[in-house]
Amino acid sequence: MTTLAFALLFVLACTGYVMNRRAAQAIWADGTRLHSLSNFHGLYSLLLVVIPIFVLIILWLLLAPFVINAITVASLPADVMSEASSGQAQLILAEISSIAGGRVFGDPEPWKIDAANRLVFLNEASSYALVAAVVVLGAALAYFARQRVSAEFRARQRVETMVSGLMIFCATVAIFTTIGIIAALVFETWKFFSMVPFTEFLFGLNWEPQIPIREGQIAGAGAFGWLPVILGTLVITAVALIVAVPTGLMSAIYLNEFAPKSVRSVVKPFLEILAGVPTVVYGFFAILVVAPAIRSFGQSIGLDVSPNTALAAGSVMGVMLIPFISSFADDALSAVPNALREGSLAMGATRGEMMTTVLFPAAIPGIVGGVLLAVSRAIGETMIVVMAAGLIAKMTINPLDSVTTVTVQIVTLLIGDTSFDNPKTLAAFALGLMLFLVTLLINVFALRIVRKYREAYD
Amino acid sequence: MTDLTTSSGGAASGQTGISSADLGLRRRHRKELRLKILGMAAILFAATMLFILLASIVSSGYKAFTQTHLELEIEVQEDLIPADNPARGDYQAMVEAALLDYYPDAADDERRAITSILSSGAALKLRDNVLSDPDLIGTQTTVNVPVSDNYDQLNKDLLDRDLPENRRRLDDSQIAYFDRLEDAGIVSAPINWTLVTAADSRFPELAGLKGALIGSFWALLVCFLISFPLGIGAAIYLEEFAKKNRTSDFIEVNINNLAAVPSVVFGLLALAVFLGWFGMPRSAPLVGGMTLALMTMPTIIISTRAALKAVPPSIREAALGVGASKHQVVFGHVLPLAMPGILTGTIIGLAQALGETAPLLLIGMNAFITSAPASPVDAATALPTQIYIWADSPERGFVSRTSAAIMVLLTFLVAMNALAIFLRSKFERRW
Repeated sequence: MTTLAFALLFVLACTGYVMNRRAAQAIWADGTRLHSLSNFHGLYSLLLVVIPIFVLIILWLLLAPFVINAITVASLPADVMSEASSGQAQLILAEISSIAGGRVFGDPEPWKIDAANRLVFLNEASSYALVAAVVVLGAALAYFARQRVSAEFRARQRVETMVSGLMIFCATVAIFTTIGIIAALVFETWKFFSMVPFTEFLFGLNWEPQIPIREGQIAGAGAFGWLPVILGTLVITAVALIVAVPTGLMSAIYLNEFAPKSVRSVVKPFLEILAGVPTVVYGFFAILVVAPAIRSFGQSIGLDVSPNTALAAGSVMGVMLIPFISSFADDALSAVPNALREGSLAMGATRGEMMTTVLFPAAIPGIVGGVLLAVSRAIGETMIVVMAAGLIAKMTINPLDSVTTVTVQIVTLLIGDTSFDNPKTLAAFALGLMLFLVTLLINVFALRIVRKYREAYD
Repeated sequence: MTDLTTSSGGAASGQTGISSADLGLRRRHRKELRLKILGMAAILFAATMLFILLASIVSSGYKAFTQTHLELEIEVQEDLIPADNPARGDYQAMVEAALLDYYPDAADDERRAITSILSSGAALKLRDNVLSDPDLIGTQTTVNVPVSDNYDQLNKDLLDRDLPENRRRLDDSQIAYFDRLEDAGIVSAPINWTLVTAADSRFPELAGLKGALIGSFWALLVCFLISFPLGIGAAIYLEEFAKKNRTSDFIEVNINNLAAVPSVVFGLLALAVFLGWFGMPRSAPLVGGMTLALMTMPTIIISTRAALKAVPPSIREAALGVGASKHQVVFGHVLPLAMPGILTGTIIGLAQALGETAPLLLIGMNAFITSAPASPVDAATALPTQIYIWADSPERGFVSRTSAAIMVLLTFLVAMNALAIFLRSKFERRW
C-alpha cells in the first residue's frame, strides 16, 4: 500500500506538471507574453504537490503505528489493562500483533483474538485512508496550481523560493543528526545515571556489566566503573600509534622529499588501498594471522600470551592508520613554503638535513594535528577490537594481556538485547556519550591546530 | 727553510682541513641515506602488511569456492513418498541407502557414522529434484549431493591426516570410510555455487551470501536515495547560496564533525532513535541504509562542494550576463559541469558505506537469517556483518568461507573505486 501511495504521488505530480506546462504554453501560443517560462509553471505544480504529500506520507508512516496501538489498547477489556504493569501491557500488545500477523501460539483468549482482528482492520483502514488522503490532497493541490497559471504569475520566483527552502532543509539535516546523536546519548545516559551513581561510573575500578536480570540468576553483582575500559582503550591506541606514527612519518618524509615522481605515483594510491580496506577485514586478519603469530612467537621465547592480546589488535589497527598519518604528514610537509626549503639548501644543507632541521620542525603542528585525528580514530575504531580484543576489563597496561575497549563494550552490551530499562544496555549509551565527547574534543582541537598552522603560511 | 716549512705545514694543515670537511660531508650524506632507507623501509613494511593481508585471505579463501560432492545413484522409492504431499517424503532414508550401498558389510553402529558423511543438505537436494520432476519417482537417479563440513575439509587437505587421532576432528575409521568413497570414484569438488545462491546456514557446506548480498544492495540503495539528494542540496546551498554568517558556519562545523564521529556512535543513534523512538523494524536494511546515509552525507557534501568550487567563475558570470537567474545558473550550468566530480565522491562514499560494519551490528543486522530478504523492511544481514558472523562461528568450514566472503566484498569495493576513477578520468574537465 505504501508503494501504491508513492506511485500515486508520482502520477499526480507528473500530471500536474504536464497540465500546468500545457496551460502556460497555450497562453503563450495566444500571443501573450508570459512572465515565467512554461517549464516553471509546470515545476510550480510539481513541487506544490510533491513536498506536502511526501511529508504527509512520511509522517503517516511514522505516527500511524502509535495511533493504532493506542486505539487497540484502549479497546481492550478494562480489567485486563488496569491490572497489567507497563511491561505486561507491552507483552500483551506484542502477542496481539503476532496473532494479527498470523502467528498464533497455543490458545489465546477470545478478547485477544478480537483485538487482533481489530488491529488488522485498523491497519488496513489506515493504509486505505493514506491512499485516499494522497489522492484527494494531491488532486486539490494540482487543481490549485492549475488555477494560478496566468501570464502575470511569477512562477519562477515561487519555484526558486521552494527550491531554496528544500536546500536549506538539506543543510539542516546535518544539524538534526548532531542533535539526534546528542539527544539520544544524553537521554539514555540520564536514565543510566539514575540507576548507577555518576561517581561510580567515573572513578570505579571494576567493570562487570553482567547483572542478574531474573532473581536467582547466577551473574556478577554488576559494577560500572569505566576506568579499566578506558585504560584498555588507551593501551590498544598506544600500540597502534607506536606502529603507525614512525611508519607513517617516515614514508611521508620519503615520499615528500626523496621519492622519484614515478615511485610516488605508485606508492600513494597503494597506501590509499590500505586505507580503503574495510575494518571488518582487518579484524579477520588480526584473528586469522596476527594473533596466532604473536602467540606462537611468545610461546617460543617462553612468554605466556593470551589469545586475544592488545598487541594483536593494536598492531593491526596501526597498519590501518599508516596511510592516514602518512597523508596528513605529507600534506603538512608540502604546505611548508618553498622559501624555507630553498633557503636551507642554499646554506649548504643536504636534503636530509633540510628535512630534519627545517621542514620537519616547520611542519610539526600539522603533523601533530594529523596524529591527534589518528588517535581519535583509534579510540573510535570498532570492528578490529570487537573481533580481536578481549571482553573482560582488566586494570593492566601489559600489551600481551587481553584488554577490552569502550567500543567493544558498546557492541557486546547491545548485541541481541534492546530493552532500554536495565543498566546493562544503558551503560553502552553512557560509554557512547563519553566516546562521542572525547573524540569530538580531540577532533576540534586537532582541526584547530591544523587550520591555525595553515593560516600562518598563507 | 722556515718559509718552506711553514708553507708545507700550511699546505698540510689545509689538506687535513679539506679531508675533515670531506669526512663530515660523507657523514652527512650517510645520515641522509639512513633517512632515505628508513623511509623506504616504512613503505616496504606497509606493502608487506598489505601483501600478507591479501595473501592470507586469498590462500584461505579460494578453497571455499569449491565444495566436495558425492555422485550417488539414488533409487527414488515410491513407498517413501506420500502421494498427496511429495514434499514430506523420507528423502533422508533414500540418500542414506544409496550411500550405504558402498558399505555392504557395515554393522549398525558403523552405519550411523557413515551416514554422517552426508550433509543435511543432501536430502533437501534430492527432494528439490523430485519436486521439480515428479517423473523421477520410482526410478534411479544420479544426484550430486554435498558432504558435511569435516569431510569437505578432509577432501581439501585442510584436515591433517598425520595428526594424532585424538587431536583430529575425524578418527581413523571415519577417514577410512571416506577413502573408500574416493576409491569408488564418486567424490568430486565442483564450483561451490551455494556460496552465492543460498542464504546463511548453521552448516558451512550449505551457507551462502545471497541474503547478505541482497541485504547490502537494499541498504546501499536506501543510503543512496537519501544521502545523494540531501548531500547535493546541502552542498549547493552552502557553496552557492548561503551568506557567510554564524548559521552557515555552524552548519559547516557540524558537517566536519559528523565526518569524524566514530561509526559506532551512529549505530547508537539509530538504535535509540530509529528503533527505540520511531519503532522501526529491527535488522531491516531500510534502517541500515538510513544509518549509513547519515554517515555518507558528510562525504558527499564535502566532495560536492569541492566539485562546485572547481567550476570557474567565468561560467557563472557568463550565464548571469545573458540574463539567467542565480538558480538557473546553478542548476543549468554549474551543477552539470560539477556532476562527474560529485558522482566520483558519491561512489567513494557508497564504497565506504558498503564496508561499514559497526552501526549495522547495533541495529541487529547480524541476526541469523536463513532466507534472503524480499523487501527493505525484512530482516537481513549485509556483506560485512555476514563476514563478522562467519568469523565468529566455530565450525572450521567457516574460516575459508569468511575469507571467500571478504574476497567478494573486496571485489565489489575494487569495482566501485575503479568506476569512480574511470568517471574522474573520463569526464573531469580542467580549466
